[in-house]
Amino acid sequence: MLKFDNVTKRYPETGDVLHNVSFHLQQGEIAFLTGHSGAGKTTLLKLIAVMERCTRGEIFLDGQCLSHVKESQLPFLRRKMGFIYQDYKLLTDRTVFDNVALPLAIAGFGHAEIRRRVRAALDKVGLLGKEKKLPQALSGGEQQRVGIARAVVNKPPLIIADEPTGNLDPELSAEIMLLFEQFQQVGVTVLIASHDISLISQMNHRLLKLDHGQLVSSV
Amino acid sequence: MKPVKRRSTREVPAKPPVKHHEIRQTRTAGGDFTDKLHAYRDHHAHALFSSLGRLVATPFTTIMTIAVLAISISLASGFYIMVINVQQLTADLESSNQISLFLKDEVSNEDAADLAADIQKNSNVQAVKMISKEQALAEFKTYSGFGAAIDVLEKNPLPIVLQVLPKNTLQDKQQLENLFKTVKQFDEVDYAQVDMQWVDRLQSMVEVARRGTALFSFMIGLGVLFIIGNTIRLELHNRRDEIMIAKLVGATNSFIRRPFLYTGFWIGFISGVSAWFIVALLMLILRQPVEKLSGLYEGDLHLIFLSVTDTLALLAISSLLGIFSSWAVLLFQLRHTRPE
Repeated sequence: MLKFDNVTKRYPETGDVLHNVSFHLQQGEIAFLTGHSGAGKTTLLKLIAVMERCTRGEIFLDGQCLSHVKESQLPFLRRKMGFIYQDYKLLTDRTVFDNVALPLAIAGFGHAEIRRRVRAALDKVGLLGKEKKLPQALSGGEQQRVGIARAVVNKPPLIIADEPTGNLDPELSAEIMLLFEQFQQVGVTVLIASHDISLISQMNHRLLKLDHGQLVSSV
Repeated sequence: MKPVKRRSTREVPAKPPVKHHEIRQTRTAGGDFTDKLHAYRDHHAHALFSSLGRLVATPFTTIMTIAVLAISISLASGFYIMVINVQQLTADLESSNQISLFLKDEVSNEDAADLAADIQKNSNVQAVKMISKEQALAEFKTYSGFGAAIDVLEKNPLPIVLQVLPKNTLQDKQQLENLFKTVKQFDEVDYAQVDMQWVDRLQSMVEVARRGTALFSFMIGLGVLFIIGNTIRLELHNRRDEIMIAKLVGATNSFIRRPFLYTGFWIGFISGVSAWFIVALLMLILRQPVEKLSGLYEGDLHLIFLSVTDTLALLAISSLLGIFSSWAVLLFQLRHTRPE
């Protein structure tokens, strides 16, 4: 599903941020990406989203080589991924419904279909009935769940979460993780960057550990 | 697809790299063709009205921008309509190449009539009209508004005038010149004048004004482009986060551009409509004095207003300027807006 093949990312100023990273995530697999600050977690995620391009090596998503995707094709590639952020990245002047509907509107779905899918996604994260609220009117955990609903509403085969529980208390974090496991059960691949060791250790999933740009463990 | 370069030597991917049809599958994921079409229409309608809504939501900024644009556009269209009006005036005069002969004071009405008959015999002359001293005075009293002042004069100061209208065939300037020289030589003639001369002058002045208006409108158009462009740039800046998020969830540049293009359209269109009203107001204010002036000159000059075609052109040009300047700004700015 997602395959890194000897990926190196070098910035002219800082040198190699990632060095010869190789791993392969199967469809329906959950993996935690962990490591100290500056280990290259964020860079790795950026490479998957093609916000950056790797200096050497290849990344394959669903058999598609990411380093040669044209700029004009990037939007269509990104519709295959759902991104979840620590700071939620919601549109603060739009309702919960509009936030979740955004990827569908972009993909060109009709009104009826959008309504149906948004409700299904909000139902999944337990926010049905809050469609008309603005994000600010919700708690942190609820906002994060809006972000998750937005990431999964388009049914992407890959979900990438960057510190999704960074701003949440342990109880809420556990809830969020349960959600990810539910997505996994329907065949979605989930990659979670986190340094919440206690949370990671509670869950029995694959662990990718980065240390100074090198992948030191991939079990 | 191009073969993959820089591939690692150790492993070859199981599946071929980028497949275009795979990407397209995602593209058409929204249902069948009619559904897509309806959705497309819905999104355009949404972008159209939400961009208007955004303008209304910030009334102060919007009014300031539109006021500047409307005044600029109304200046250009005001000059345009002024030239049109002066042009209609000279169009009436275009056929007139009449020669006026002002006779000496001592010439009597009878002698003048004889002279008129003489001139009438010339093969190049179509008609000669005599205006006697009395007729001239009566006309002057009626139209000048100096009636009472004229009454004070003991003697009629106005000369007899013979208006010589050359044949229509006499378009050639040289022939007209010859006729002018012939009629000027009569002893009774004090002063002769071809009306052609000032018509020529007026027409060249109108031509200068027309070109000037074209240049002026061009400069105004450029100004409008920059003003709208700057407004869109600020709007882009304000909505930067939204653009980033939209890009991350797979928005194409055309999806991101759409609401901004509609914003540009609305700004241009509303400015055009406002400019039309400004011109209309100015014309209403000017109408009465112009018609009075026209009356004084015995003319039937009626103020021409912007025609339906002119109005449509005004609205189309302002809207297009709005769309074009947004498009240009987006072209440059979106290239530098990458998700972070």
